[in-house]
Amino acid sequence: MTILLDIDGLQVEFASRHGDVVAAKNVTLQLSAGEILGVVGESGAGKSTIGNAAMGLLERPGRVAGGTVTLEGRRIDNLADEEMRKLRGTRISMIFQDPLTSLDPLRTIAEQLVTTIRTHLPLSETEARNRARRLLEQVGIPDPAARLDHYPHQFSGGMRQRVVIALALCAEPNVIIADEPTTALDVSIQAQILDLLRSLVKDSGAGMLIITHDMGVIAEIADRVAVMYRGEVVEVGRTQKILGNPDHAYTRSLISAVPRSDVKLDRFPLVEHIEAAGARGQLDLKTHWLGQTRNYERVEGPLLSVRDLQLIFRTGSLFGGGQHEVRAVDGVSFDINNGETFGLVGESGSGKSTVARLITGIYRPNAGQIQFAGADLTKLATRAELNRYRRQMQMIFQDPYSSVNPRMKVRDIVAEPIRFHRLSNSRDETRRIVDDLLDHVGLGKRAASKYPHEFSGGQRQRISIARALATRPRFLICDEPTSALDVSIQAQVLNLLKDLQAELGLTMLFISHDLPVIRQMCDRVAVMRHGKILEIAESETLFERPQHDYTRHLLHLMPKMTTASAEGSRVSL
Amino acid sequence: MVFFVLKRLAQSVLVMLVVALIAFALFRYVGDPVNNMVGQDTTLEQREQLRDELGLNDAVFVQFGRFIGNAVQGNFGQSYRLREPVTDLLAQRFPATFELSVVSAILALAIGIPMGVYTALNRRSILSRSFMTLSLVGISLPTFLIGILLILIFGVILRWLPTFGRGDVVSIGGWTTGFLTKSGLESLIMPAITLAIFQMTLVVRLIRAEMLEVLRADYVKFARARGLTSRTINFSIALKNTLVPVMTIIGLQIGSIIAFAIITESVFQWPGMGLLFIQAIQNVDIPVMAAYLLLIAFIFVVINLVVDVLYFVVDPRLRVQGR
Repeated sequence: MTILLDIDGLQVEFASRHGDVVAAKNVTLQLSAGEILGVVGESGAGKSTIGNAAMGLLERPGRVAGGTVTLEGRRIDNLADEEMRKLRGTRISMIFQDPLTSLDPLRTIAEQLVTTIRTHLPLSETEARNRARRLLEQVGIPDPAARLDHYPHQFSGGMRQRVVIALALCAEPNVIIADEPTTALDVSIQAQILDLLRSLVKDSGAGMLIITHDMGVIAEIADRVAVMYRGEVVEVGRTQKILGNPDHAYTRSLISAVPRSDVKLDRFPLVEHIEAAGARGQLDLKTHWLGQTRNYERVEGPLLSVRDLQLIFRTGSLFGGGQHEVRAVDGVSFDINNGETFGLVGESGSGKSTVARLITGIYRPNAGQIQFAGADLTKLATRAELNRYRRQMQMIFQDPYSSVNPRMKVRDIVAEPIRFHRLSNSRDETRRIVDDLLDHVGLGKRAASKYPHEFSGGQRQRISIARALATRPRFLICDEPTSALDVSIQAQVLNLLKDLQAELGLTMLFISHDLPVIRQMCDRVAVMRHGKILEIAESETLFERPQHDYTRHLLHLMPKMTTASAEGSRVSL
Repeated sequence: MVFFVLKRLAQSVLVMLVVALIAFALFRYVGDPVNNMVGQDTTLEQREQLRDELGLNDAVFVQFGRFIGNAVQGNFGQSYRLREPVTDLLAQRFPATFELSVVSAILALAIGIPMGVYTALNRRSILSRSFMTLSLVGISLPTFLIGILLILIFGVILRWLPTFGRGDVVSIGGWTTGFLTKSGLESLIMPAITLAIFQMTLVVRLIRAEMLEVLRADYVKFARARGLTSRTINFSIALKNTLVPVMTIIGLQIGSIIAFAIITESVFQWPGMGLLFIQAIQNVDIPVMAAYLLLIAFIFVVINLVVDVLYFVVDPRLRVQGR
């Protein structure tokens, strides 16, 4: 097979004040016609750098410091800007992660397509428009003639990604680099887009380099995989071989960190090769402040009981011009027993996070009851009463970057709930408690005097966890706590949550769109869609014998790392 | 669209009413209007009679209603100082301020926008750096100092340009313009530059900051990945997206050019509304002050409305939400 893209010994360096940082070290990859080559690695592994370098789109201060990039027999890494520009779009093109921001918001799809087409091909306005229409048809956009004159915001996320793909295909490039093309999409949309990419490659005979952090995507679509770790390609090979029988220790630990969808494990096997977690400090919980959480009144029956919860968002204006009702939560009921982890799973917009906000009192429901520890939270009137219950429930948010105040030291972030609820007797005691909490979540006491920006995403999530523990809660709401994290970091954080739950007897509401994560974490699961709960079951039952069609659909779409290995035996991961 | 404009109009009326209330309070309660109008030898009976004639004994809201009724008809009473109807005074002065402001605004935009775009696109070039240094000077130097320096250099030392007034003006149907005579145009140069410099440096910095932001956006990166020419990327994509958020501030700046021409007008003895207003303050000429306040508020409200409608035209995302 002809080799379309040949990257040989590529070295990319970023100049910085502390000397050059090597983002890609001696990377050698070959992409053949009709092939999909996956490049997988965690954030900072240098996988996007490879794509940008091949496109000639490295941003300052990055530069190619060594090696060559050859496109269809022609060396391109040393081309002048204008020469390289002419190749982009016609011979080599790129698709980016976020379809919401990849399109110019002020121009119609037609304008954007036509400009791109006419930049590369000698076509008239009308011919270019016809071509644009055929392209939209090709990427599976229904009613392309009418959709042409729409603006990007009038398309859904998945449709927008299709438009992005159409734009990348305008002048029939032979090499397509897809940088995390499905990361911002829901699973069902992800499956469709991957299907589309696969069939495009098959029909056109082009080669595709797909860059992703998601082993599931690799298993789904790639013929071969290159695994990257700290700027180096540690292993290249056929997908089945790499997933089933990896040679490199890093690949093994990466694969073991991926939550399994087929069986529930007690913990994620510990993964070396990843950010040092720091040893967790041990506390004698019988005598320590944190352990004195058991003085809450005992509850007979479920700790949290939600009945017929309803929340309606009204949009449109007061003057009555086209009022609109969205039933974000529509008649939701469930119970969470003491000490259990209850999962809430659904795609974006299903209302799962809204339920969490209703329980914590951020939103007030239009109807329904929230019984927590015997009290109806929707009926509490005074702030003092509310705070008594708020202290017992805490929340961990999705985005570790925006959920901690960047201007406060970690000590103050963690101490804030203690001070607010007056849970300690002196400043010294608060200080000691904060130190112990930080130690307990694996950050170490020294973290206290630092600011959040000095920590990685995973470490920040630990700060959030320490802050949540600071009120000695008995109920913890985790809203997508790991979806912004790399898999290995996710494995660590999930392990930490499991450990804490076991030690402190916490009850958890665990919200996620990620079914394998749900399977690893939860005892019981509710499946949500369009604000309604479709099915509640023990998590093992749900995964083995789903009752509802939609659940089956979701499970079917879930990217599985189960692939037939080269030797023909089934390997499941 | 119509609904959106109507809603904005309703809000504008509300804003004008609030400003009118302030202007009315100024007129009615800062000093005694009667005291301001009459001489010292007026007897108490005469004063009381005048008070009655002016309706100052009526209930406050009746007076406010009357004030608004008059204001809508363009009647703001008599200037205490000049003994002329305030409306006539403002109408005489308005063309001078308007011409000065328009020329300044055009200068600020016509020079500021290209400079902003240039400095954003060529961040590291020596020319960009000198532009940025210059703009820092422009932003930090107070307007009156710039005016005085210009007068010193071009008026006193070089004797190229007149240092005060509007020069010869031509009257066309009640509108006096300095655009048609040589001395009128010459007189306009220095005040217009003085007034424009601050706005211009602001525009440069705004455009530059916003454009740098836009150039980092994913859609610009994706446009580059598709091999579009830098011309298309910089001007059809980046500049258009830059102007959307900048539009609001630029609109308000144009308002403030008109409103704060006061200093420039004082320095150059420009016979505009600003100068009239300064003199009104010095003489506690309340009716003039109140009318000026309302007029400026009106200009701001109109500009805001225009900007809102422009937003609507430029940004397709708003059009859908408005529906």
